Amino acid sequence: MIRLPDPKQDVLARRDAVIAGLRAALADEEGVIADLIRLKPYETDGLSAYRQMPLAVALPETTEEVVAILRFCHANGVRVVPRGAGTSLSGGALPMEDAVVVGLMRMNPILDINYPDRCATVQAGVTNIGITQAVSDEGFFYAPDPSSQLACMIGGNVNMNSGGAHCLKYGVTANNLLGLKIVTVEGDILTIGGAHLDAAGYDWLGLLTGSEGMLAIVTEVTVRILRGPEGARAMLAAFPSNEIAGACVDSIIASGIIPVALEFMDRPAIHACEAFAHAGYPLDAEAMLIIEVEGSVDEQNDLLGRLSAICERHTPISLKVSQSAEESLAIWKGRKGAFGAIGRISPDYLCMDGTIPTSQLPHVLRRIQEMSDSYGLKVANIFHAGDGNLHPLIMFDANDPKSFARAEAFGADILKLCVEVGGCLTGEHGVGVEKRDLMPFQFAEHELEQQRRIKSAFDPDWLLNPSKVFPLKPSQALPHAA
Amino acid sequence: MIPTETEAAIAAQITAAREPLLVRGAGTKSGMLRPVQAGATLSTAHLTGITLYAPKELILSAQAGTPLHEIERALAEHGQHLIAEPPDLSALLGATPNTQTIGGITATNLSGPRRVAWGATRDHVMGVRAVTGRGEVIHSGGRVLKNVTGLDLCKLLTGSHGTLGVITEVTLKVLPAPEATGTIVIPGLSPAAAVTVLSAALGSPYGVSGAVWLPADTTMPGWPAGPPAALIRIEDFAASVTYRTEKLRGELGFPDADILDTAASLPLWRAVRDARALPMAEGVWRVSVRPSAGADVLAALPGLDGYLDWGGGLVWLAGPATETTHRAVEAAARAAGGTWMLLRAPDSLRNAVDVVPPEPAPLARITRRVKEAMDPRGLLNPGRLYAGL
Repeated sequence: MIRLPDPKQDVLARRDAVIAGLRAALADEEGVIADLIRLKPYETDGLSAYRQMPLAVALPETTEEVVAILRFCHANGVRVVPRGAGTSLSGGALPMEDAVVVGLMRMNPILDINYPDRCATVQAGVTNIGITQAVSDEGFFYAPDPSSQLACMIGGNVNMNSGGAHCLKYGVTANNLLGLKIVTVEGDILTIGGAHLDAAGYDWLGLLTGSEGMLAIVTEVTVRILRGPEGARAMLAAFPSNEIAGACVDSIIASGIIPVALEFMDRPAIHACEAFAHAGYPLDAEAMLIIEVEGSVDEQNDLLGRLSAICERHTPISLKVSQSAEESLAIWKGRKGAFGAIGRISPDYLCMDGTIPTSQLPHVLRRIQEMSDSYGLKVANIFHAGDGNLHPLIMFDANDPKSFARAEAFGADILKLCVEVGGCLTGEHGVGVEKRDLMPFQFAEHELEQQRRIKSAFDPDWLLNPSKVFPLKPSQALPHAA
Repeated sequence: MIPTETEAAIAAQITAAREPLLVRGAGTKSGMLRPVQAGATLSTAHLTGITLYAPKELILSAQAGTPLHEIERALAEHGQHLIAEPPDLSALLGATPNTQTIGGITATNLSGPRRVAWGATRDHVMGVRAVTGRGEVIHSGGRVLKNVTGLDLCKLLTGSHGTLGVITEVTLKVLPAPEATGTIVIPGLSPAAAVTVLSAALGSPYGVSGAVWLPADTTMPGWPAGPPAALIRIEDFAASVTYRTEKLRGELGFPDADILDTAASLPLWRAVRDARALPMAEGVWRVSVRPSAGADVLAALPGLDGYLDWGGGLVWLAGPATETTHRAVEAAARAAGGTWMLLRAPDSLRNAVDVVPPEPAPLARITRRVKEAMDPRGLLNPGRLYAGL
């Protein structure tokens, strides 16, 4: 179980006063949740293995209410855990016993859509897919597409710098933002960026993106919206080994083609997804690539022809080029249903998120298999192959504490391996509490200390999401791996 | 100035420093922003060399003093390029061409025309190593394409103009260079009419990667002086460039517009990138606004020469380096809700005005605390961005 800082006893003792103060901060008293049954849904997020009831939950509807909440909490030394949809896979929104969860889900209007300037301004609680849906009639979309995009909110995306399957071409959240409205811990409203492209001073937009709720609360976001391509089509290539599929990925990148998506699934993932989605995946393959291209029909044909020729050089078991939008959807159906598919064959799973240099793929997959054997836990690998972002899904049984402990140890070993081969602990899910205590494998203590000082510059009293990202006590941290 | 050839030597110089340091690479951009009052110079120009290039992983690392043109050459050998198309402003700034370094372009976060479609230099910095004002070597990010581990100090250091740390190594995402480049040339448009056309082009499905308006009688390499013109660039495989440029000019309502081929397009966009469209002047500004406001900024400043990049979102301006002119640029940028940067002027003006927009008080407090967190003794490029910081 993850360790949280000791709760502030004085805050726990003043719980009723804190709740009264929060109620006074909101126009709608119902926006403060204090009874245990209604607090229950907030005790965890997408990393449901960890649970902790918060002191209270506040659901503001405006930036001004966020100001009032933070002024109150700041004046009273109350810790704050910001929360969007609660889909974080790293426990980014895990509450603390003495903390107020500030949920942004009621802040969900779309404020402005500007096609000539290709941007949209929305409040933090608008869902990721909600932005794309609002602009799709005009043929536009918002590019980052995390798997949770039906539920996850843009404020959470900003705080975790979320990615998705199409980052290789379109980048992650940080590359698709123009501006933010934030509230500092002292309760000041700041506008960062705007509808223009370049900041003139320090890149606060870049620093705040991926800051995991530790620097400020984001209440409004201005995103870039992009015009969609004329069309898109996928192909599926199946290979007899992970090594061969990895070599094929190398050849594709070396050819000068950057597919809009390049997804890799290993044998267990193929089988789980096929059983779930009946997408026509090749069950005799050890590895499979989903490759998607964009453009006019002629351009798609040209690119898919080039890609097929490259795949042919790597002795594929089978190649299937989609002939229609429907066939492309079918190819994607299995991949997009991967989490549900794994959920069907295993009661519980941990979704890991390291990044590795793509050349290390065969080595890393081999080592993961060895670990799987020695831990006695099954694993399925899904991988954004173009950018090296690996998602091993470790299957375990949450009813068996030993099984969970083994799964956690297995996951930690995978992430250490990622760092060892030149990669990192997290590509798009964030550190949260999940990877917090592994940070010393990637950063020296003085580097963590420098990051802590940056947090202190925004939040001198460490009231904002203080139990995340940084190991609690440096003296107890693990030795530096490098 | 003692040449500093290792990261350790840079750390030692900072640790030993008793007075502020002018931090620079090749020094080609020393004329930007505010002058630095320093007792000594710390240069990364001798810290050179590409330390990692993995073309199949789209990753390149180089020490900070590596000349950018060396990196561009190494990439070209593998058919790749720098995504943000960083400019060489030496002609504009009166510096030696082809000497700017990867550290310098990172510390100033300058990007070229492709920024409008593919992001800025800061979007492609995957990792940095730097020496802080504490004399400590830190790294952020790494050599992989997706990384959200810890606070993103890559973003904080990129564009910090050497005021928070001395960047010693940069790791960039790179991409395959396009097989072909085509340019649609639409002559005779006013700035406002051009921005409408450029917006339509950038909002089309054809992947426009450059959108510029040039005034009448622009003289620069690769461009025949003539009427004002909108330029729209598409980069892709050759067949796609042909298809897309022809389709797009028709959809924009200019089916007879000229299309320049790759040979004509490359020098033209290089000149646009390097701001060669500006006449020589004592004062040069870069104003970043929402694209639809670009024409308004030009209209508000009739006494200045200027052109538009990024579909109207980047206004390049040249004119007399006077306080009156600067205030007018500030006012126009403010009115458009954007930012300005004083790129070139005599020291007297650079010392007298806000070279970038001042921050509101609560943000300025954070800025001061971040500066103290990175450089508590105020050693690194003091005053570069803001007076007294």
